Amino acid sequence: MANLLQINNGETVQRSLIPHLAFADFRSELLTFANNGGQVVQFFGYEDDGVLKFLAVLRNEALFVVGCDEPESYQSLTTETEKFHMFEREIAEQYGVKPEGHPWLRMVRYHENYRGKEDVFGNDYKKEDIPGNYEYFPVEGDVIHEVAVGPVHAGIIEPGHFRFQCIGETVLHLEIQLGYQHRGIEKLLPSVPSVRRPIVIEGIAGDTAIGHSLCFSQAVESLASIKVDEGAKTIRVIALELERIANHVGDLGALSGDVAFNPPAAFFGRLRGEFLNLLLTLCGNRFGKSLVRPGGVTQVMGEEQKKIIRDKIRETRPELEHVCDLLFSEPTVRARFETTGTVPYEQAEKLGLVGYAGRASGLAYDARVAFPTECYADLTANTNEKAVGDVFCRANVRREEIMHSLDLIEKLVQKDGETANDPTFDYKLAPSSFVVSVNEGWRGEISHCILTDQDGAITRYKVKDPSFHNWTGLAMSLRNEGISDFPLCNKSFNLSYCGFDL
Amino acid sequence: MLKVLKNRLEQGNRTSKYPKVPINLYNRYRGLPQINPDCDSATIKACATACPQEAIDASSCKIDLGKCVFCGQCETQSKGEFVKFTQNFEMGVANKNDLLTGGSLPALAEHSKKHFKKLFGRSLQLRQISAAGCNACEADTNVLNTPFFDLSRFGIQFVASPRHADGIHVTGPISRNMHAATITTFEAVPSPKVVIASGSCAISGGPFYGSDDIIGDLNSIIPVDLYIPGCPPHPITTLHALLKYFK
Repeated sequence: MANLLQINNGETVQRSLIPHLAFADFRSELLTFANNGGQVVQFFGYEDDGVLKFLAVLRNEALFVVGCDEPESYQSLTTETEKFHMFEREIAEQYGVKPEGHPWLRMVRYHENYRGKEDVFGNDYKKEDIPGNYEYFPVEGDVIHEVAVGPVHAGIIEPGHFRFQCIGETVLHLEIQLGYQHRGIEKLLPSVPSVRRPIVIEGIAGDTAIGHSLCFSQAVESLASIKVDEGAKTIRVIALELERIANHVGDLGALSGDVAFNPPAAFFGRLRGEFLNLLLTLCGNRFGKSLVRPGGVTQVMGEEQKKIIRDKIRETRPELEHVCDLLFSEPTVRARFETTGTVPYEQAEKLGLVGYAGRASGLAYDARVAFPTECYADLTANTNEKAVGDVFCRANVRREEIMHSLDLIEKLVQKDGETANDPTFDYKLAPSSFVVSVNEGWRGEISHCILTDQDGAITRYKVKDPSFHNWTGLAMSLRNEGISDFPLCNKSFNLSYCGFDL
Repeated sequence: MLKVLKNRLEQGNRTSKYPKVPINLYNRYRGLPQINPDCDSATIKACATACPQEAIDASSCKIDLGKCVFCGQCETQSKGEFVKFTQNFEMGVANKNDLLTGGSLPALAEHSKKHFKKLFGRSLQLRQISAAGCNACEADTNVLNTPFFDLSRFGIQFVASPRHADGIHVTGPISRNMHAATITTFEAVPSPKVVIASGSCAISGGPFYGSDDIIGDLNSIIPVDLYIPGCPPHPITTLHALLKYFK
């Protein structure tokens, strides 16, 4: 711990203050931290004057940062703890550095690395068909069969490829292959003018538009010393909670549909729309796009909007309670939800699950409580009753979060005053600085890192959607489950493909 | 069972009467922009500079709705003097060039192909292809199946297989990684077939234009019949376009 720099959420620090260790020390420091219950927030590579370096942001009760120079190849950290699994794959793909001994070194998003080095996976993306040389987890035997679905799925959903290795109807392993939505966002962000950045950020994941723009805006506000007034903070929190409610409600509907219980599927489907329409009331877009910008928000929330929100919550709260009761008290539903797709606490901790998936497995971490931003420090925290990590718990945690968020919004719309703050696009970022911003999006911990050079230009923009941690959790939840329970496990996690693919 | 009935009573019938009865969207919704060509040129230039999507052509006083993400920055910049977004959600067009607009769009019904109406007017099955993007377009397309919009009452359905479909509905900027899958799915649809590009991503690359990792214009790889602008298009925009074009 002595070698780590403790930082605050959204606090700009001089890059020169970040401890720069020899790789061996860096490795042992990270492993000690992770093995003592710490989690990895970010672990990524960046180029500094042509030299490749690593940077890690870690958390326990506090946030820490530490860096090192890249060794040409290195002993994988994943061999010691699973917490680095995806991060090391990502670094290998982005910078062509091989983590030796990595137990499952596969491509993440199928693209050429940023440095023009030889591809670690032996692909040539000028010729190669996607997904390239991808060797699936091999399961062999006379009674083994594989089910392959995607990238174009049967519904109106994002592209991805799933491969179930089965014995009869039991899934031994589920291999999840993403990357089809790779749009090059991390490469795009530093290169586009500042007016375009919020638009690209909102395109990371449409259902988390508020969450990601909040992280982006806080990072920029910190680097450019922009103050945000209290009114704007209130609106941002209301928007983030509306986003949370809309998505949870929609997913409860999808879960109802997956157990063929159609009445709540229809009711939740309609109710989700009510909350998207509240976001439209705030800013003109059902996903909250165009609302949050560095410096504040683009539109004020006047008495008219407050009244619409208040009235709609008063109207929908009993309806939500009743439909939830209908779903959760039905014995046939409980029979399908309970003990299905269990990710026990120990596994969830090892994988570093975040958000409701983590909380449903008993990991209490909630970024709104641990690292509060905006006005979360003044608000009450949510608590979850039951957390054994099955589909029922993941659904029930969402039900509890919906009710909690309704309370928060009702409290916040009572606040007086309008916001006067104007968003800004004309800002200068502090030179040679680093900032990390962490927020609890509806899926869980979102974090953005920005590194600037000596002129204040962005040299590295790192995005992490909660899905980056949780996809592995979904794969684990399917182990030894019936393949027909996949939709339930999948919807109870509802992870982002695009947020992962970037 | 009693709980089902109780909830059913409480929920009531929520299906919209659109298109028989018009729908009003909240006044902050940004639909078809109204453009004032007489606005002073400095303001117009400022709007063009402020536009993150480079969607404003200052010399001809037009906005490209295929590039526009409806963020409203031009309206704020000009304080409504040059651009003012209306609540008109009817924005589907059949020709890409029509998207570059001075504030009005041709009536879609007149531009739809006669044989499409005859073939698909009573029953249209679409295969949705999500070709990257941010999933907002997909989410707001899915919503058409909820009780409020209830798409199937018009004989239009999203189906699971391209083999069952009359056409494809594409969202997203077609990442390089989805190029092959998009083409394969399109080819699996039996002819005659229609192609719909939905959302600014599928039309122009949307927020990701200029990225090396996307194709950014569906029409450059498959000829498109119907364009539905928006970021994402409001579900009612999609519904209007489908009804006007095929019914």
